[in-house]
Amino acid sequence: MKIAVCIKQVPTREWQPRLNAEGTYIREQDASWELNEPDAYALEEALRLKEKHGGDVVVCAAGPARVTQVLREALARGADRAIHVEDESLGSADAAAIADVLADAVREEAFDLILTGLQSDDQGHAQTGVILASRLGWPHATIIMEVAAEGGRLRVKRELEGGWFQWVAMPLPAALTIQSGINQLRYATLKGIMAAKRKEIRRVAPAAPVRRRQEIVSLYVPQKTKQTEIITGSPGEAASTLVRKLREDARAIA
Amino acid sequence: MILVIAEQRDGALNRASWEAVAAAQHLAAGQPVAVAIAGGDVARAAGEIAAADVAEVITITASALAGYTADGWVAAHRALVDAVKPSFVLLTHTYQTRDFAPALASALDRALITDCTAIKAGASGPLFTRPMFQGKLAADVRPLGDAPCLVTMQIGAYRADAARRGASPAPLRALDVAIDAATIRQVPEAPFREARQAVDLSQAERIVAVGRGIKGPEHLPLAQALADALGAQVAASRPICDAGWLPMERQIGSSGQTVAPKLYVAVGISGAIQHVVGMKGARTIVAINKDAEAPIFEVADYGYVGDLFEFLPALTAELGSDAVKGG
Repeated sequence: MKIAVCIKQVPTREWQPRLNAEGTYIREQDASWELNEPDAYALEEALRLKEKHGGDVVVCAAGPARVTQVLREALARGADRAIHVEDESLGSADAAAIADVLADAVREEAFDLILTGLQSDDQGHAQTGVILASRLGWPHATIIMEVAAEGGRLRVKRELEGGWFQWVAMPLPAALTIQSGINQLRYATLKGIMAAKRKEIRRVAPAAPVRRRQEIVSLYVPQKTKQTEIITGSPGEAASTLVRKLREDARAIA
Repeated sequence: MILVIAEQRDGALNRASWEAVAAAQHLAAGQPVAVAIAGGDVARAAGEIAAADVAEVITITASALAGYTADGWVAAHRALVDAVKPSFVLLTHTYQTRDFAPALASALDRALITDCTAIKAGASGPLFTRPMFQGKLAADVRPLGDAPCLVTMQIGAYRADAARRGASPAPLRALDVAIDAATIRQVPEAPFREARQAVDLSQAERIVAVGRGIKGPEHLPLAQALADALGAQVAASRPICDAGWLPMERQIGSSGQTVAPKLYVAVGISGAIQHVVGMKGARTIVAINKDAEAPIFEVADYGYVGDLFEFLPALTAELGSDAVKGG
């Protein structure tokens, strides 16, 4: 099975946001970066499928030169090679623009399966994997919690809301977006890190000009919207006051 | 015209579709709003949403739409958009929307702006506010390219009860869409629940949610007692579910469920953004935390700063005594 995993490099969870002078994006030079967590689960799932069925795992990322960091990390975890669609403007591009350039980069590879995380921890569009499938003319399924491949077909477990799930079958090639927690992540071993240094990262330019479908007019720290009324007194007094307010003011209880 | 794509499962309208209607009425500013709903049998759901103050409810029914598939929904709604030619298409940011809307936008080659929390007037058309960087920042975004732009609204961003009702039911119109079942590649099986007591928290009217402050699973009965007294469901922040104290399906937040109940009581929850994005749409939020600086107080309407192990029993007792008085 020839599997592509599309990954993204995003600011770390500890990163404190700073905006650019125009207030339209973050100051990328201030950020520290890491692999988008849902994409880590997609990579792990691809490695497990390879262990079961054989084949290759190719990691793909679109972005500036800095994304080499997460491609190296994915290679160290066990991916066989990498494709980097490199362009400075891709660092802040929307999901449709990213999906366009990724589709062009993977089209000739004849992959059987493309996996990616269900959304990114930076812009969070939750669109890239689905648009990528659409661009390639492939079927897709999203928010996947289990993947079974047999005889040229997939059977995958979709997470629905409210504790519901659903199995969906579809032909290969196909694209899936993977939910966090689908598996237990492995981390790079020293041997993996050494081996990664000899693995190929193929750098390509976008096949066509990067075309965005949306523009960030302003980016800002969200404002607090509520005034909190702190209830004081002993636990008993406070409970009594709160129940009265919930009933009479908020009308939240009967 | 503003077009709302409503959602149903097994013929029952998703309550969150009313929120998209409310957003559409806000965005419309005088333009007509139409609602569309697709499926195998949508009579009940269409009749329900027809109570909204909208120009019409468009129904799309076909045997190929009896169960949800991404391919089926893209085909049906692509034909719908071609026929109706709306200026904007609004949806609620449900899992089903997330499954087909990006493919629909791609097929139409139009912008899709997801997970929006507000709609504002901009210099050259509306701006859509959406969280970025896990809610640390918010962005005002405008679509590029031709209409219609597709927009998905975060659950709870607009209130279902804010949707204006019409004086009389909106007319229903059946749109003829030929869908060749052979072109649908996904083969869905029946939805199922893994846990016996699974609950759809997005439909709960009241929720008592516990966080790390509850300290251990042995203290969960305190929260359950409060929930019973309130007629509420028990939910949790991610660490509680990761630890296995409550099942994953009870998790509220960016990796769990998004809810907008009437009342949300956050017990010992600090209010990390990953949790807050899942519950800030609640109408009334009560935060109980020993740390007065906890971010949960930034979204709370009412706060109690103190020991939850003292306050929860007092609150439960107060509700219990009221119930006796009320009866």
